[in-house]
Amino acid sequence: MIDWAVFAVAAIATLAGALGVVLSTHPVHAALMLVMTLFAVAVLFVAQNAHFLAAVQVIVYAGAIVVLFLFVIMLLGVDKSEDLAAERLKGQRPVAIVAGLCVLSAVLLLARSDWVSGARSTAGSLGDGTDNVQLLARSLFTRYLLAFEITSVLLVIAVVGAVVLVRRSGPMELDQ
Amino acid sequence: MKVPGAWYLALAAALFCIGAVGLLVRRNVLVMFMCVELMLNAVNLTFVTFARMLDDIGGQTAVFFVLVVAAAEVVVGLGIIVSIFRRRAGATADDISFLKG
Amino acid sequence: MLEAVWLIPALPLTGFLVLLVAGKRLGDPRAGFLATAMMGAAFLTAVIVFFGLMGREGEERVFTQTLFTWINSGSFHVDVAFLVDPLSITMALFVTGVGTLIHLYAVGYMHGDEKFPKFFVYLNLFAFSMLMLVMSNNFLLTFLGWEGVGACSYFLISFWFDRPTAASAGKKAFITNRIGDFGFMVAMFLIFGTVGTLDYVPALAALGNAPEYTASAIGLLLFLGAAGKSAQLPLYVWLPDAMEGPTPVSALIHAATMVTAGVFLMVRINPVLGAAPEVATFIAWVGVLTALFAATIACAQDDIKKVLAYSTISQLGYMFLAVGSGAYAAAIFHMVTHAFFKALLFLGAGSVIHGMHDEQDMKRMGGLRKWMPVTSATFIVGWLAIAGVPPFSGFWSKDDILLNAFDKSPALWAVGLLTALLTAYYMTRQVILVFYGPEKWKTAARPETPAEAHAEPEHEPVAAGAHSDGGSHDPAAAHGAHGDFKPHESPRIMTIPLVILAVLAALGGLLNLPFGGTPLEHWLEPVFGHNLRQVASSGGAKLVLATLAFVTAVLGGMVAATIYRRHRIAEEKVEPRILQRAWLVDELYQKTIAHPGRALSQWLASVFDAKVIDGAVNGVASLVRAGGSRLRVVQSGFVRSYALAVAVGAVAILAFALVRSL
Repeated sequence: MIDWAVFAVAAIATLAGALGVVLSTHPVHAALMLVMTLFAVAVLFVAQNAHFLAAVQVIVYAGAIVVLFLFVIMLLGVDKSEDLAAERLKGQRPVAIVAGLCVLSAVLLLARSDWVSGARSTAGSLGDGTDNVQLLARSLFTRYLLAFEITSVLLVIAVVGAVVLVRRSGPMELDQ
Repeated sequence: MKVPGAWYLALAAALFCIGAVGLLVRRNVLVMFMCVELMLNAVNLTFVTFARMLDDIGGQTAVFFVLVVAAAEVVVGLGIIVSIFRRRAGATADDISFLKG
Repeated sequence: MLEAVWLIPALPLTGFLVLLVAGKRLGDPRAGFLATAMMGAAFLTAVIVFFGLMGREGEERVFTQTLFTWINSGSFHVDVAFLVDPLSITMALFVTGVGTLIHLYAVGYMHGDEKFPKFFVYLNLFAFSMLMLVMSNNFLLTFLGWEGVGACSYFLISFWFDRPTAASAGKKAFITNRIGDFGFMVAMFLIFGTVGTLDYVPALAALGNAPEYTASAIGLLLFLGAAGKSAQLPLYVWLPDAMEGPTPVSALIHAATMVTAGVFLMVRINPVLGAAPEVATFIAWVGVLTALFAATIACAQDDIKKVLAYSTISQLGYMFLAVGSGAYAAAIFHMVTHAFFKALLFLGAGSVIHGMHDEQDMKRMGGLRKWMPVTSATFIVGWLAIAGVPPFSGFWSKDDILLNAFDKSPALWAVGLLTALLTAYYMTRQVILVFYGPEKWKTAARPETPAEAHAEPEHEPVAAGAHSDGGSHDPAAAHGAHGDFKPHESPRIMTIPLVILAVLAALGGLLNLPFGGTPLEHWLEPVFGHNLRQVASSGGAKLVLATLAFVTAVLGGMVAATIYRRHRIAEEKVEPRILQRAWLVDELYQKTIAHPGRALSQWLASVFDAKVIDGAVNGVASLVRAGGSRLRVVQSGFVRSYALAVAVGAVAILAFALVRSL
């Protein structure tokens, strides 16, 4: 019973937040709606015994990424409201909405009753949910070690890239 | 009784579609980026659901990597946005049309 | 002995190659002597082969020598091979014989010309081509020689090519010949298509039994080729202009040999004509009408060479009359005698021109008998031969033709007789104007001294006559005497051939005397078989016709004497402008063919090519550009549009998957 209630609340929060992101005029409002979505998704993670991931979701996504968004909003001064009613590109909106609905219905129809059709436990069992961190760590550091290492390199690259991108290329001060 | 995975998957699909439509409809670059994050979250939810349904830790590992990469992507993406839109205030995605043929 | 036949064309070919490489070094006159020696050697070889052939009997007199395979492509097989039979060896004999004499003459005539060696290069090449033409055993090799003589004719007519009239005369000859060559080529296609081979022996045997329309088509097409090469109506127009070339060229190519190639071809294909009697009649009429037409023009020409040119066309007409009447032996007989007396007349004319320091207008000559005795004596022999005065050769051969023509159709005979009258008339006129009468060159103002002739390349136009120029490039000008002008006899190297030819012209009748057993006709019989006309007239009828021919000749001569010697009738009355202008045929061709052709080319170049063809090409480009501009719109630069396209694509894929899974 309680599971359903949790699911229902989290689901509504997710969708509401998503709609809020899409429909908010002000970017800051959109960012805050995004936070709501992220929290709701974290709740759904917990409900599915992915505790570690829920924590990481909140810390990294809601805590860092959205904060970054807000920094940039402040930096660029994009606090002016966007006129949602006007659409420059003809047909963009209707086609987009139709496409979205089509995708949704197509996915739902495609699945119908059999959502899952794969081999079970190829990378290891989930266990009973109490040792989620250990199991995840084990999988990460054995089976997916290479991916892990590459991802860490990726992070370094991202940092370097960010610094290079944002640097103002002013005149070099040489010794005159 | 646990909620069947199908519901989660349906929810993830809906979240994905909202994110996609938002990406296509909004003009503000940052909001478009946020819609991308919505889509990524939908994918994460799907992975976790499948991990539960198939009793496979690999799904959660995938989410881990998606998360990391999404973070890196946001960093670089915002860096780009800052460097392009620094000069013009109130610029939208439609203003960058240099690829016009 | 017969195996030596390949040497006959090989010797002039060697001469050609040697002179091509070393001609300049050999120089004047050694290059000329080398060429003459080659021709002489070829003649001797021909004599040897002739005796070899004579050693065989009747039907055995056919010998083929294959050198190598030329084309071997599927069912199409052509060899370089020689066919030695009475016809080809007769042709080879007089080509090489007369050719040697003319080569010798040319050594004297061209002395002093700066392009002396090159002249003999061309002459030997011509000899090679002509010999290949007559000695080959298949149509294609003959065609090779055919084209070769046409090309050499072009080279030699426009030998002094810095004279614009000479250059255009060469072009005219080549292009008119080409029209005929087209007929020859299509005929070859037809022959190959019908019979499957181009070799004479099997092809002619098969064509003799071919259906009439095939034989007629082939006969007509080959006659088109012959008409071009042998200057019959309507393709004769190049021959008078060809007189721009040096006189030995006129003698060799345009009198004795090349122009007879057409007649030779017709004689060679006598089985085809036998199977297509209508075509034969047509040929006879074209021939005799050409003869009459050309004779009328010759009566009013003032240039000594032009008279002889039209005379050649006229005599060739007689040969075709013979061919059309089935009298192939008579045609060959007349060809041989004509070679003798026409070459003689041309070389004599050259001697006159040489002796008169490049004067070619007969109205400025006169009384040359005193100054150039050998030339005038030999020329008179030639005159008597061509006019048809017995016992000179021309009488016998012309009479033979007229007899066969009468047997075929009296109408043909009548036109032929009229032409004979005119022939006697204009030749007598020529002899009187040149060798008798007052010495007009003393009283008439000389246009310029030879010194001036060098400075000014164009002579003032000589009165009347179609485009005749004094030969200002003629090497004889080098001999120009300053001060008092006196004509002089030519050097011995030029007069010796004249004498030899005069003897041949006088005695040539012996080849085929009707009461001497007609040796030539018997010799050539195996080639003709049943196609040769057998005249059914009695001996008395033949005698009457012969007498009529003789009387006509005398009559023509007397009329000419009345006008030009005794001046009973004014000259102007008998030389109307239209005859002098050759019935305005050249002008007619210009108007009906040349001008519309040029206009068509202009139209094609400026309208069709520029607008239609270029338009099509440019149109494709514009179309592509227009298409590109339309498609450009898709590239709006808006990232969101691109994203939308991606989304729509994704929808499409999902829909496809959905449909598949249903």
